[in-house]
Amino acid sequence: MAGYSYLRPRKSVTLTVLLGALIVYSVLPLTWMLFSITKTQPELLSSFGLWFSGPFALFDNLGQVVTHDDGIFLRWFANTLIYVVVGAGGATILATAAGYGLAKYRFRGRNVVFASILGAIAVPGTALAVPTFLLFSQVGLTNTMWAIILPSLVSPFGLYLMWVFSAEAVPTELLEAARVDGAGEWRTFFTISLRLLAPGIVTVALFAIVATWNNYFLPLIMLNDQDLYPLTLGLYQWLADASGIGAQPVFNLVITGSFLTVVPIVIAFLVLQRYWQSGLSAGSVKA
Amino acid sequence: MTPFLVVFALFIVTPLVYSMYLSLFRNQLMGGTTFAGLDNYVTAFTDPKLWDGAGRVGLFLLVQVPIMLGLSLIAALAIDSGRLHGKEFFRVALFLPYAVPGVVAVLMWGFMYDDRLGLTGSLNDLVGFPLVDPYTKQWILTAIGNIVTWEFVGYNMLILYSALKTVPVEIYEAASIDGANQFRIVRSIKLPAVRGALVIATIFSILGSFQLFNEPNILKEIQPALISSFYTPNIYAYNLSFEGNQVSYAATVAIVMGLVTAIIAYVVQLRGTRKDA
Repeated sequence: MAGYSYLRPRKSVTLTVLLGALIVYSVLPLTWMLFSITKTQPELLSSFGLWFSGPFALFDNLGQVVTHDDGIFLRWFANTLIYVVVGAGGATILATAAGYGLAKYRFRGRNVVFASILGAIAVPGTALAVPTFLLFSQVGLTNTMWAIILPSLVSPFGLYLMWVFSAEAVPTELLEAARVDGAGEWRTFFTISLRLLAPGIVTVALFAIVATWNNYFLPLIMLNDQDLYPLTLGLYQWLADASGIGAQPVFNLVITGSFLTVVPIVIAFLVLQRYWQSGLSAGSVKA
Repeated sequence: MTPFLVVFALFIVTPLVYSMYLSLFRNQLMGGTTFAGLDNYVTAFTDPKLWDGAGRVGLFLLVQVPIMLGLSLIAALAIDSGRLHGKEFFRVALFLPYAVPGVVAVLMWGFMYDDRLGLTGSLNDLVGFPLVDPYTKQWILTAIGNIVTWEFVGYNMLILYSALKTVPVEIYEAASIDGANQFRIVRSIKLPAVRGALVIATIFSILGSFQLFNEPNILKEIQPALISSFYTPNIYAYNLSFEGNQVSYAATVAIVMGLVTAIIAYVVQLRGTRKDA
């Protein structure tokens, strides 16, 4: 066992290669996409998927995506941003406040609240969608932006994460010390707790952003008006246009549009994933 | 606290209660909506279309979930072992598909599956005979399973990996001083440490399987002949309410499936935690 330490194990080439196969699987579709966005429509249908072929049409494709149908793609992009900023932003604020409240304050009915929220995590989102649609149509909310934003404000899973995280990351003694020093509850929250909660908040925000950016089912049932579509539904619409009978084939638009839909969320993801990781594990680590 | 409870009550509790209320009525072409008691539930339990879809997602769950979680567990253990070159790269690259919108994931795989414009054609050309053809009745469920696996392997890996990170380093040091080898450490320390996380990941995967909707519904645009209007219970409920105007019955289907899911998830939870004793 000379020179062996658990903290510095020998690197294993075999293991690296084995797991490399899994990574190849993981990045295969994205690689295919990167080659495909550089191809013209006919080349797309006839050439090998994992290499360049024909004229380099990337800029032409990008141009077509943003100008097709009077630039509706840009409209969908802006809609998605609105849904993400208001919906995911709101969900994060609500989940943070409520999770912190549940973890740090005692009040009557606390256990009931907690149990029903845990139960709600298990309720299938699609089971709620149909009745929500009917309720919204009675109050005239369907086919408006609110139909997408309002339901995305509730994140039982986010609340659960924040509850666990607040309980671990913010020592109750610290809050008591602040209260003894005469700081009000709001001041304590903003000057002490918020900083300690930051990794948890980023984690919840990222889950909410990914969920809202990728939302498909809710817009599918709530929206008729193309001008309100988020990117996911718009791409689905283009796919339907491209595959229908007697359709104009716009596969290059679908693929390049998909690429533009993926890029922002992947960038956000790569920038923030470090915090995400620490937020997830801190939920169960004792400091 | 209060604002969350308000939106929670409005957008989760209210629709749930409303859907239970709806399930007690009957929508008719003539004569509007009438009270039907539990008739819808009786219909649901004997509806071959519902059970066809339920059987399909059940099969999907039994095959896809173990494969996906197995791969996630292997990846989490490998990354945690510290024996990989460039482990940060592995962690991020494997997690990346989770960020890709489901619609885009299905689009990419959907094109790649196509034996004319996709990679399947290239693969079949390479081996010289039609090895796989995802767009046939025999393959389509596997094709869907592959997309779902691709989307969530990294996500589940991260849940398991986070659980592994909570094991204090001293335990590993003590074990290796006692002469335990890597496999022994995996079996006696790491697997027990991830069991709780594995139960949670399993429950989430079960919920996901029973709710299967996005992937088949989008593939349907590419291959309309292969995906029926009752391919999964969720697709069935969706088509009942938005194509067939059978809102009450759709609510019943959703509730029945919700109950089945809850029971299975509960059983998994019980079995998963019982071994603690």
